[in-house]
Amino acid sequence: MVKEVSPLEIERNVGNFAYPETHTHDAGVGLTEKTIHYISDIKDDPDWVREFRLNAYKTFMSKPMPTHWASKDLEAIVFDNIRYYLSGGTQPKRNWEDVPDDVKRTFERLGIPEQERKFLAGVEAQFDSEAVYSNIKKAVGEQGVIFVGSAEGLKNHPEIFRKWFGKVIPTGDNKFSALNSAVFSGGSFIYVPPGVKVKHPLQAYFRINAENFGQFERTLIICDEGSELTYMEGCTAPKFNTATLHSAVVELVAMKGAKLQYITVQNWSANVFNLVTKRGIAHEDAEVKWIDCNIGSRLTMKYPGVIMKGRRARGEVLSIALAGDGQHQDTGAKMVHAADETTSNIISKSISIGKGRATYRGLVHIPKHLKNCKNNTECDALLINSTSRTDTYPAITVRGTGNSVQHEASVSQVSAEQIFYMQQRGLTEAQAMSLSVNGFVNDLVRQFPMEYSVELKRLIELEMEGSVG
Amino acid sequence: MNKLSITNLRVSIADQEIIRGLSLAVPKGEIHAIMGPNGSGKSTLAKVLTGHPDYKITAGEVLMDGENILALAPDERARKGLFLAFQYPSEIPGVTIANFLRAAVQARLPEGEELEATDYYAKLYEKMDLLEMDRSFTSRSVNEGFSGGEKKRNEILQLAMLQPKYAVLDETDSGLDIDALKVVAHGVNSLRGPNLGVILITHYQRLLDYIIPDHVHVMVQGRIVRSGGKELALELEEKGYESYETVKDEIGEPAMA
Ligand SMILES: Nc1ncnc2c1ncn2[C@@H]1O[C@H](COP(=O)(O)OP(=O)(O)O)[C@@H](O)[C@H]1O
Ligand SMILES: [Mg+2]
Repeated sequence: MVKEVSPLEIERNVGNFAYPETHTHDAGVGLTEKTIHYISDIKDDPDWVREFRLNAYKTFMSKPMPTHWASKDLEAIVFDNIRYYLSGGTQPKRNWEDVPDDVKRTFERLGIPEQERKFLAGVEAQFDSEAVYSNIKKAVGEQGVIFVGSAEGLKNHPEIFRKWFGKVIPTGDNKFSALNSAVFSGGSFIYVPPGVKVKHPLQAYFRINAENFGQFERTLIICDEGSELTYMEGCTAPKFNTATLHSAVVELVAMKGAKLQYITVQNWSANVFNLVTKRGIAHEDAEVKWIDCNIGSRLTMKYPGVIMKGRRARGEVLSIALAGDGQHQDTGAKMVHAADETTSNIISKSISIGKGRATYRGLVHIPKHLKNCKNNTECDALLINSTSRTDTYPAITVRGTGNSVQHEASVSQVSAEQIFYMQQRGLTEAQAMSLSVNGFVNDLVRQFPMEYSVELKRLIELEMEGSVG
Repeated sequence: MNKLSITNLRVSIADQEIIRGLSLAVPKGEIHAIMGPNGSGKSTLAKVLTGHPDYKITAGEVLMDGENILALAPDERARKGLFLAFQYPSEIPGVTIANFLRAAVQARLPEGEELEATDYYAKLYEKMDLLEMDRSFTSRSVNEGFSGGEKKRNEILQLAMLQPKYAVLDETDSGLDIDALKVVAHGVNSLRGPNLGVILITHYQRLLDYIIPDHVHVMVQGRIVRSGGKELALELEEKGYESYETVKDEIGEPAMA
């Protein structure tokens, strides 16, 4: 049978390329106190940050691997084989012209400068441990919006930074948040002043280029009263045979009446362990919304959360996880209601292909003394072929009588008959599968901003092309 | 050359032979009805022609305009111009008819060519009008929650949109009331012409009052046991398939039956 090579098949590996390493700063393999000092020296950390890191290092060493929510696959991570800091310098450029050629070409291949011109209010592009490019549109900067890397944030804006840094997600939240707190580098610091509504998204792109490496960016976003922001992150890495670790911490704060939307479209290669802690605090009448799309990686463990701290605060997690052969997407959401009349909504859609495995873990907590709180949870799983596996572990603790929760779950299959039906209409097996998947996520994706639904659709197509091989 | 020709086809599933040496040639421009009792292998034939992976072909060949298609994937056969209106069409949740058909039409364009949306919708609406389908259909998920009749109408809509060279219609009449049957027959008749060959599978003669076939074949136990003109259908209507049951006995039951 003659097999056509479609352009998609080539494009599918859009993230799968790497240039030779040219790092001038390399903390070497393994993690000791010396590694922490190396990182602090290079980054010229203030003393309080160095101390914060060293404390976190101790916490990391003393904490066991997560067992409660963990997969055995975590044992495959050998912390001593990982390089914890790699960079070609600590200062991001404001202009693509000044970014070193190889790195610039990397981001051009990923389409970042083009997207920036088209629809973004600002971009930060991180390459291994440091941002190589960071820029915000002039008009947005003039509104008082701060959009810089975490290092610049903690040095130049300590009065805002220190107030929230490590407060939404304490160092000891879990072993990987402690690891991130010890060796963090890169990530964004954003502050939106009261009443400012940032019209276009700010975007960060996290690129891993090196092998045996761990990327530990740290992001802190504060939307002051009545402000609005959409932030978007994208990620890719080349395919290596060795395990690569990505372990970020993302803290969001939405002050009274603010609206903060955080969108992830992750497309890690199949050797990446993606262990990320993400949480937001929503104050009175504020809204924190996570849109979380996980495609790729070997193991993803990520449960974005919202603490609804003020009255009428709203929290939302809309997530899509696609687990291809050999992958495990262990994702979910945490909703902590901490004030009256707070509302949370979780919609999770997972797709398992081949031997891919998708797990949903949810936690909804509404204490007894609260009134008129609402949660809605919907978990839908789609299985493409019978060896796929899906598990749902919703944990809902609702005390008190004035609160309402609604929980729905479903599992469906893409049957061989459905695929045959679509093939009979002229679609390839991959096109048929991606159409079914798109149909499955459609009502959710419709709620995403246009650019990202287009991007997501494309990634699903690429993934399906790959899975039928 | 200009025909769909099946020669001495033998097909089995789970070690049971279902098609047992079937030959049939359908030239473009003709409509051939295949009639036969339940379980005689009509749907199996339809699925084997279009490449369903469950069946094992043990002998014979199928040529479409001279090309052996049995080695081709189902989607390749489809794009070359072979269409099946399913007896039991699948549901595709979340995928609208408009998007589904658009993907199918797009799949037939040369690489790099984008489907023109306005032309596409113009054609879609024209075909829907022909089949007396409400416009709101386009935004419904494919076959999801459709009545039996709506599903069949949707199959014919796809037939009209994709303009194949050969179409197999598998019991398109079942589940249709008389009005719907007339509409569907009108749709098929309007597609009739020198560029389309049709295999019309049915076990009632009723449909053949509205779509007049050029030839009628009787299929029993995986074989064509008799062929004739359209009057054969009337004879079957009168006498039923019983007379062929004896033929069946002559053929002999499969060993395991
Ligand atoms: N997937 C299958 N598995 C097992 N037996 C099948 C399968 N498909 C068809 N058959 C058998 O093949 C025979 C012919 O079925 P079918 O082609 O559906 O007949 P018809 O369409 O003429 O009613 C029946 O005995 C049926 O049970
Ligand atoms: Mg049948």
